Amino acid sequence: MNLFEYIRPTSVAEAIAAAGEPGSAYLGAGTNLLDLMKGGVTSPNRLIDLTHLPDLGKIEQLPDGSMRIGALVKNAALAHDTAFSKAYPAVAEALLSGASAQLRNAATVGGNLMQRTRCAYFADPASACNKREPGSGCDAIGGENRHHAILGWSESCIATHPSDFCVALTALDATIEIEGAGGRREVPITDFYLLPGDTPHEETVLEAGEIIVAIKLPANAAGFAGHQRYLKVRERTSYAFALVSAAAALEIENGTITEARLALGGVAMKPWRSAAAEAALAGLSPTREAFEKAAEAAFADARPSGENAYKIELGKRVVARALAMAAAGTPERMPALPASPFASDTGAIAHV
Amino acid sequence: MSDTISLPGGNARFGSNSGQPMTRRDGVLKVTGAATFAADNHPDGMLYAVTANATISRGRVTSLNVEAAKAHPGVVEVITPANRPPLAITPEAKPYPFAFNIEVLQDDTVRYAGQEIAMVVAETLEAATEGARLLAPTYEAETARVGFDDVDSFDPDAVGVGAPPVAEKGDIDAGLAKAVNRISASYETPAQYHNAMEPHAMVAQWDGDRVTLDTPNQALVMSTGAFGAWFGIPPENVTIRSPFLGGGFGSKAIVFGGQVLTVLAAKMLGRPVKYALRRDQMYGPVGHRGATRQAFRMGMDAEGKLTALEHLTTSTTSTFEDFIEPASNASHDLYASPALSSRHKAARLDIGTPGPMRAPGEASGSAALESAIDEAALAAGLDPLEFRLRNYAETAPMSDKPYSAKALRECYAQGAEKFGWSKRPMQPRQMKDDAGRLVGWGMGTALFPAPMFQAKAKATLRADGSALVETAGADMGQGAWTALHQIAADGLGLDIAQVEFHSGHSGLPDGGIAGGSGHTATAGSALHAAGKDAIAKLTELAVNDEASPLFGAGNIGVTARDGRLHRADDPSRSESYGEILARAGVSELGGEGQGARDPSSAEEYAMFSHGAVFAEVKVDPELCQIRVSRLVGAFAAGRIINPRLAASQLYGGMIWGIGFALLEEAVHDRRSGRIMNANLAEYHVPVNADVPPMDVILVDEDDRYVNALGIKGVGEIGITGTVGAIANAIWHATGVRVRKFPIGIEALLAETSAH
Amino acid sequence: MNLSLTLTINGETREIVLDDPRVTLLDLLRERLGLTGAKKGCDRGQCGACTILVDGQRINSCLALAISYHGSSITTVEGLAQGGTLHPVQQAFIDHDGFQCGFCTPGQVMSAVGLIAEGQTGDDPERVREAMSGNICRCGAYMGITEAVIEARGKMSETKPEKAA
Repeated sequence: MNLFEYIRPTSVAEAIAAAGEPGSAYLGAGTNLLDLMKGGVTSPNRLIDLTHLPDLGKIEQLPDGSMRIGALVKNAALAHDTAFSKAYPAVAEALLSGASAQLRNAATVGGNLMQRTRCAYFADPASACNKREPGSGCDAIGGENRHHAILGWSESCIATHPSDFCVALTALDATIEIEGAGGRREVPITDFYLLPGDTPHEETVLEAGEIIVAIKLPANAAGFAGHQRYLKVRERTSYAFALVSAAAALEIENGTITEARLALGGVAMKPWRSAAAEAALAGLSPTREAFEKAAEAAFADARPSGENAYKIELGKRVVARALAMAAAGTPERMPALPASPFASDTGAIAHV
Repeated sequence: MSDTISLPGGNARFGSNSGQPMTRRDGVLKVTGAATFAADNHPDGMLYAVTANATISRGRVTSLNVEAAKAHPGVVEVITPANRPPLAITPEAKPYPFAFNIEVLQDDTVRYAGQEIAMVVAETLEAATEGARLLAPTYEAETARVGFDDVDSFDPDAVGVGAPPVAEKGDIDAGLAKAVNRISASYETPAQYHNAMEPHAMVAQWDGDRVTLDTPNQALVMSTGAFGAWFGIPPENVTIRSPFLGGGFGSKAIVFGGQVLTVLAAKMLGRPVKYALRRDQMYGPVGHRGATRQAFRMGMDAEGKLTALEHLTTSTTSTFEDFIEPASNASHDLYASPALSSRHKAARLDIGTPGPMRAPGEASGSAALESAIDEAALAAGLDPLEFRLRNYAETAPMSDKPYSAKALRECYAQGAEKFGWSKRPMQPRQMKDDAGRLVGWGMGTALFPAPMFQAKAKATLRADGSALVETAGADMGQGAWTALHQIAADGLGLDIAQVEFHSGHSGLPDGGIAGGSGHTATAGSALHAAGKDAIAKLTELAVNDEASPLFGAGNIGVTARDGRLHRADDPSRSESYGEILARAGVSELGGEGQGARDPSSAEEYAMFSHGAVFAEVKVDPELCQIRVSRLVGAFAAGRIINPRLAASQLYGGMIWGIGFALLEEAVHDRRSGRIMNANLAEYHVPVNADVPPMDVILVDEDDRYVNALGIKGVGEIGITGTVGAIANAIWHATGVRVRKFPIGIEALLAETSAH
Repeated sequence: MNLSLTLTINGETREIVLDDPRVTLLDLLRERLGLTGAKKGCDRGQCGACTILVDGQRINSCLALAISYHGSSITTVEGLAQGGTLHPVQQAFIDHDGFQCGFCTPGQVMSAVGLIAEGQTGDDPERVREAMSGNICRCGAYMGITEAVIEARGKMSETKPEKAA
């Protein structure tokens, strides 16, 4: 890790001012940034520590019924916040399916939004990576890419976004509150992330120096509370990144889906909202056929970026299952293994 | 910290110590953080070393920016092939046992990704780490060869540690010709890495021409000779302290380049130096389980008895050293067949040299063999357990030697009973749980040799009737601090609370190697014999002393029990050790012992631990995620010294079986050869949530030939049998036979798309 | 650059001046303060061997920049036993053989203490397994670990009621 200057601002304005210097990086908990710095992936020459800023650590219900989560709220604190997890259970489930208890205790929600891809070529400074070093090429293409993107990728980058939390946020139309030198603005999470295109090093709409100060979940998202799930398929039962994940939320009235929400993880460089799948579900009964139809719609544009065609088939099955789980209803209590296909293990075996 | 760790008494018990399920005697140290591992040492004036490791797999280093590294604040020295001080031997010399051709900055050649190419020494870890990064090496790279298909295979001279590469009996083709049913199947196992939780580490400090090394080591005394050889000093000038190893699994038995360079740096700079590998640096220089391809042909007669069993393995090794995973040898000693063939080929790749990794040969060989046996059982139309029973070997199939003891039938029976095997439907895809997941049951036979090496020990009876026992043993988690202590106390006829035990220091009598599942048997035998020797001397004193109640009992004999000698013909006539010593005016009475196998027994008998593992898996029928939901293992491994710790080792081995079957694989980029998942986030080892409720049954077995104490070993056998059992359970759940490990979602998904 | 910070470590408040801004909590404890209980297994938040409590919450100290934790209260495995009495979690790990080599053990023990304080698992082994999955044990002592956590939790809740889940 390179030497750096450490700055501990006492206000957001002070932080933004400090970030004006080139080579600056904001430090949240550091669970991702320090990891990247240790790996030589990124080498900021000054760290601006946001963790001592006041007023960014609150979970608040706003008068309009929406919920505002300060950027410094810890992942675990949010997942276990009673009001929050009741209103947005799939978000809590997604949070609890990510990383480990220790990382969730440290990591902030703002930092979660900013975490970088797990692409092994991005993490390996000896490999070519357009994201790490613009113009150097992409060694993931033609490399070990079983886990790589099947949607929205480009010839410059086939990485995926690693977050679980952001997938659920995306399904529920979260917005991101940003503060910069020019003041505050709000960006829907669906617009926050950029697909790689020719500029994979540009990952979000954040301008230099801008800080995420809060995440907002709209009041109407709570309308899905009774029918929302997050499902995450992994090689290891826990403490593993998703091969494919999905956040599904349904509004069901009189046996008909009135509105559906679907976002996918592990498939693209951004949490992938599927408007096509949502449209395909509207007005249908919550049946397996409907869910399979939505799954086909969600992956209509998918194509392998390497040896990962299997993820398309897997993705369709994940979508169909996540929708079925959502339709079945949000469980009373967080499953023992959040978001896992083994979430509910009753143990009993029936011979067929 | 004192120079040697010693564990005091306490935990008083009566009667025999061996066989008691005592908790770990080093337990308090370990749960309080007081157990000192190598990297916890911090002598005054210590410097930190960090290596730069190659990012190409073949070629040479063309430049290193030494100036930039040296300019970084805190960097003290950069060691490269250009300025490396001389060593007493070359890597090719290999003058000590288990010497591998290693990298000690002898030149600018790169032979695998991850090889050490420079060492930076600095005042702080942070400075050394950044200094190593600033070296920014450039290379002249040649095409990397990291896959089986990148190279031609060859016929190795030896496999494993000096074993013959080919063993055959009978006529395979004739056996196949007369078979009623036949199978042929090929399996592939990937490169796996030990990933002990403790990264390899060393703190080296010189004092004149003597050096003290704090480093985890599975063979302490032997390694003093190795380090002595590199520095031209006698072994006795090298002190190795290794009271605790944070896991070894075979990777801490062999000296590697970074250790030699650490000792060298300490000498060069005249200050103590600490070197601890980063996790990613453990993928290359410190060994791994080589990848294999294994092809079987089997034939069965109408009764389901094998008429031929052929096992051909191709194992990967490095371009500059041989360690050939002896996987085919797993077929030598398990299933009876009139025609038996095991052969090995090898392929040289641009990878670090493989080495022994928990059950070397047996783990990979068993994974494939037990899968193939399951396929053979299906072909023969027999339940997999019944098939194994019909092919039960009464004598070792390849050597025809009788087994010293073999309670495998009891393992099968007790394991099957506990698991409920008899309810297993023959056909696959017959069971679901009430959440709709596919459920499958599979089994595998576990087998591991019961070797002994050489060890020495000392026992000293003290005036107060207590004793000190000493051997340079190694506890890498298996429980040597406890089990060896128990055996030693029994040798002395003392309660363990009366016996102080010193171990983990090379200045003690040679405790041999902690490996091959032979440490308890070997070092334990030495300790027991040392105690017996001391007691024999004590007996001499007593029976020749007119004042002793034991006077004249020399011919009748005495027994040592609870700190007293008793006349064999009249146990009421006894005297305490302290009384005997006091009257004789002896303050200390020493005994010595050795542990080694009786050569005639070794010649006459085949010696193995056996077991049977039963696995239940659940598979999501659409998402194909797999979870082991139940494991039962029944093992017969001779006399169990400490059932609690033996069970723990077996659980651990079975959990390695879960990792082997479902998770573990080093993924090389085919172009650069670099391992792209050289970390614990993406090289998956099992986490707690992967581990289901498990049962271990310790099956009684009295082995009179393996050694005087009847001890075998349990450190490695757990992984054998388990991998096959899980693979077979996955087949049983899904009807899909995956022949490439690890078995994951992608493989099952491809096969279940049609459903 | 001011690299001074105040930390309360195992109950003792200490004024520390760092020699380097890059120092993590783990390297501060291990290499500078002589508290080597927390272990470095991966240094990248992938194994849990470095788990400590910060303000009562279990975290990976390897990914915590020390200077950023100014004002925090830290508990390491060295601070767990009271006098000569082991913490119930420590005793339960011994009783259930929840370790073999012992290298991951300080992290497992601290993680278990944190888990019990979080109050999310009850005595459900499946929830305990999941909640302990951030602590890798290569020896494979998971059975004992799970049993130990459940037992220690039970013993601790006898003496003080657990926070409602």
